[in-house]
Amino acid sequence: MHLTRRQTFFLLGLIPILFLICFYVLPLGVIFQKAFSGLSSQILSGDLWQKIGSPLFFTLKQAGLSVFLTILVGFPLAYGFSHFEFKGKKVFYTAVTLPFILPTVVVAAAFNSLVGSSGWLNLFLMQVFHLAAPPIQILNTLTIILVAHIFYNTSVFVRVVGAAWAQLEIEQEQAASTLGASAWKRFWLITLPLLKQSIISALLMVFLFDFTSFGVILLLGGPTFNTLEVEIYQQTTQLLNLTLAGILSVIQMAITFLISWFLLHDARTGGMVTFLPDIKNERLRKPANGKERVFLIALLSFLVFFFVLPEFSLFFRSLVTIDTHGALKFTVRFYQELFQNTRGTLFYISPLTAFKNSFLYALTTMLIAGILGTIAAYGLLHFRKTKLLQVMVILPLGTSSVTLGLGFLLTFTGVPFFQKVPQVLVPIAHTLVALPVVINTLFPAFSAIPENLRNAAANLGASPFQILKKIDLPLIRRPLLVGAMYAFILSLGEFGATSFLTRPEYPTMPIAIYRYINMPGAVNYGQAMAMACLLLIVCAASMLLMEYFFEKEKRT
Amino acid sequence: MKEPCLELKAVQKDYEGTSLLAGIDLMLQEQETLCLLGPSGSGKSTLLRILAGLENADTGSILWKGKDITALPVEKRNFGLMFQDYALFPHMSVAENIAFGPRMHGWKEDAIRRRVEQTLTIVRMEKFSERRVVDLSGGEKQRVALARTIAPNPALLMLDEPLGALDKALRDELGQVLREILNELQIPTIYVTHDQEEAFTVGDSVAVLNFGKILQIGRPESIYSTPASLWIAGFLGFTNQLPAKMIGVNPARVSTDLGEFILSGDLQPSLKVTDDLILIIRPEQVRPVNRSAGHNQITGTVHDSQFRGDGYRLALELANGSVFHFRDTMRRELGKKLTLEIPQSACLVYPAHEKNDHYY
Repeated sequence: MHLTRRQTFFLLGLIPILFLICFYVLPLGVIFQKAFSGLSSQILSGDLWQKIGSPLFFTLKQAGLSVFLTILVGFPLAYGFSHFEFKGKKVFYTAVTLPFILPTVVVAAAFNSLVGSSGWLNLFLMQVFHLAAPPIQILNTLTIILVAHIFYNTSVFVRVVGAAWAQLEIEQEQAASTLGASAWKRFWLITLPLLKQSIISALLMVFLFDFTSFGVILLLGGPTFNTLEVEIYQQTTQLLNLTLAGILSVIQMAITFLISWFLLHDARTGGMVTFLPDIKNERLRKPANGKERVFLIALLSFLVFFFVLPEFSLFFRSLVTIDTHGALKFTVRFYQELFQNTRGTLFYISPLTAFKNSFLYALTTMLIAGILGTIAAYGLLHFRKTKLLQVMVILPLGTSSVTLGLGFLLTFTGVPFFQKVPQVLVPIAHTLVALPVVINTLFPAFSAIPENLRNAAANLGASPFQILKKIDLPLIRRPLLVGAMYAFILSLGEFGATSFLTRPEYPTMPIAIYRYINMPGAVNYGQAMAMACLLLIVCAASMLLMEYFFEKEKRT
Repeated sequence: MKEPCLELKAVQKDYEGTSLLAGIDLMLQEQETLCLLGPSGSGKSTLLRILAGLENADTGSILWKGKDITALPVEKRNFGLMFQDYALFPHMSVAENIAFGPRMHGWKEDAIRRRVEQTLTIVRMEKFSERRVVDLSGGEKQRVALARTIAPNPALLMLDEPLGALDKALRDELGQVLREILNELQIPTIYVTHDQEEAFTVGDSVAVLNFGKILQIGRPESIYSTPASLWIAGFLGFTNQLPAKMIGVNPARVSTDLGEFILSGDLQPSLKVTDDLILIIRPEQVRPVNRSAGHNQITGTVHDSQFRGDGYRLALELANGSVFHFRDTMRRELGKKLTLEIPQSACLVYPAHEKNDHYY
């Protein structure tokens, strides 16, 4: 059969569209149906508004506060990275942007290892002052939630705003100064308006993240703080009020869609974070005077304290134990425990199983998301003038993983096939989380290939499939690797949807960490630290590899 | 001589070990337009940026009407600088761009409005006031940039390659408009360009720059008629060059592979008999002749003849293998023998060692 280019695009486009209909539209439809069919009985119960309003208000409050504080922290950092050259800049930049890809459970574990009741700070104070109980109780407060959010948000803010600032032409500001503008007016009238777009996208992005925050709240906030996500989870798994969970999901979706729509509305930013943006920078210079040197030293000290310390704290906490005399001792026992079932109990979560599951899920996600993303991005080339791309990216992006998990739970648990092999649902859910990112990485790469290359190949007798195989795929090899690795990392760290879908006998690493950290005993705590540390290392290594590919791509 | 309004004294600037400006002394009179002419990397843009206050000189001083302004911050100088790529503010309309300078200088709103109208009239862009600058064409952007630069009534106007970003046809047209505007404005102006034709048509005087030094400064005519060095002659496009040897003074005579040439009066006094020289023949006064004389003639065969509208550009292959270019009024058959008469005034000589100088 001979297919024209148009037919090829169309047929290829059908595959991801069918996938989205089955695993995205359908589950969401079931949520809607659940929410609206039970709506009247819920309204009659009277306290519905209270049940919706209280988590909604808290969700908005903590997200708003987090975003505001992120501006305060992020602006000086974005300024510093876009204006100054200094020793080890690459390392510092990696440190400040690493949180972006860290799984929430790892971040929660890292902060726990620093300021938790068995964390370094409390250990230190108890040793020095011979206290019986940990003196600092910062876990389960709004403060630690905000701190963890800023930890995440800043990495996005510095990437987006810092990159935009570095690429901003310096001439406009110089022109303003020759026209008589002082430094303050220059910033206020020229720099800030020119950065406005990137600031808005960065803030929308972090608001979206904080608004749908689940792992951070559950692990660090404790039982008293309920965001919409946590409330949906509680209503589903503990109170079994699926109707209320559905209603909360619908409300949450409405708000996240709105934010994503604003985020992707502006075509210039594309609404997504790019990896290691091109830093050609005319304003880069060494600090010129004492004032600038002091600023830079203060900035980098803060950076190390805030962005490096938690990871190091996690690493070292996984290597110490407290002996019977209350003294700290070096140990690798927690790592050894990870690889053997020493206790043999039934409730025991085998760490090895968690490793195996996580990697299997991540590899499967990488494969499905990579294939579907490539097909979708290639198919979308043909529709590049329509809003189809935006819709395909907005929809899954604007859906929180908890909502996705709920939808899957409601839709597929009764299906015989999924009852037989419930494990397949997890990588499918992970694929939905990763797909927007993969498409967004690949689409620009496909678009960058001049149409005439394909025309020339067709002129030389290549069929549409041969063109895809011989021209497009070799040219997008590196972006595909970046997208696929990103899918891998996302799957490894995914917590929201997974917490709905995994059976106790198929835990993933994040689920295992969550369970260990909530179980009493120093061994469980130590194991949580050790496993979080391993997850951290895998993710960090993947990011470095990703940036290596990205750098190579830039140079060619 | 009148008191200069701008004076530069030994302005010098290094960047990471290389010298960008190697001691510049310069004076500018009221109402004078000075062209800084030089190839890219010659230091002309650096000089402009130091004048504007965007960069600091390492040593040397800048005086404005007798006052030292070397340390005055950029926003206090009120020197208008038109950037090479215009640097229009993309988030503002044409009118807002132009109003920016007057607003920074604290003008009243109605004065600003009048000034915007006035400058738009000067650059013939009255209808563009509310347009977004990103929607303008290259030529329109250039004129808005000029309007924005002159809006706050700068004491000194500086233009950095103002026609550099335009294509050839637009360059000729807007160059004419720019010259008229500069004549009307009567502001002392420094105009940076790498294009000699542009420099000669715009400048009251021209300073030739290379390697951070002013190599020659003077009226356009004197620079064209007597380039001060072999490098300048080459930069001005005099490509007809012959190795020569000095064989006599009063009148000065040189000998070449192609015969002897007698030169007109003003020679560099340092030149002596037996010096090795480079003879440069300016092509515009060269004419074909039938008779043969003992000197100031070259003979060759027609190698190429191109129709150029207002005449023909001919290439003559000479006996020593080099090619000589000149303009002629008629087509010549290829391969035909032709003798040219070289007037004394068309001959320039430079010491041959200049060819080995570092800046050649």
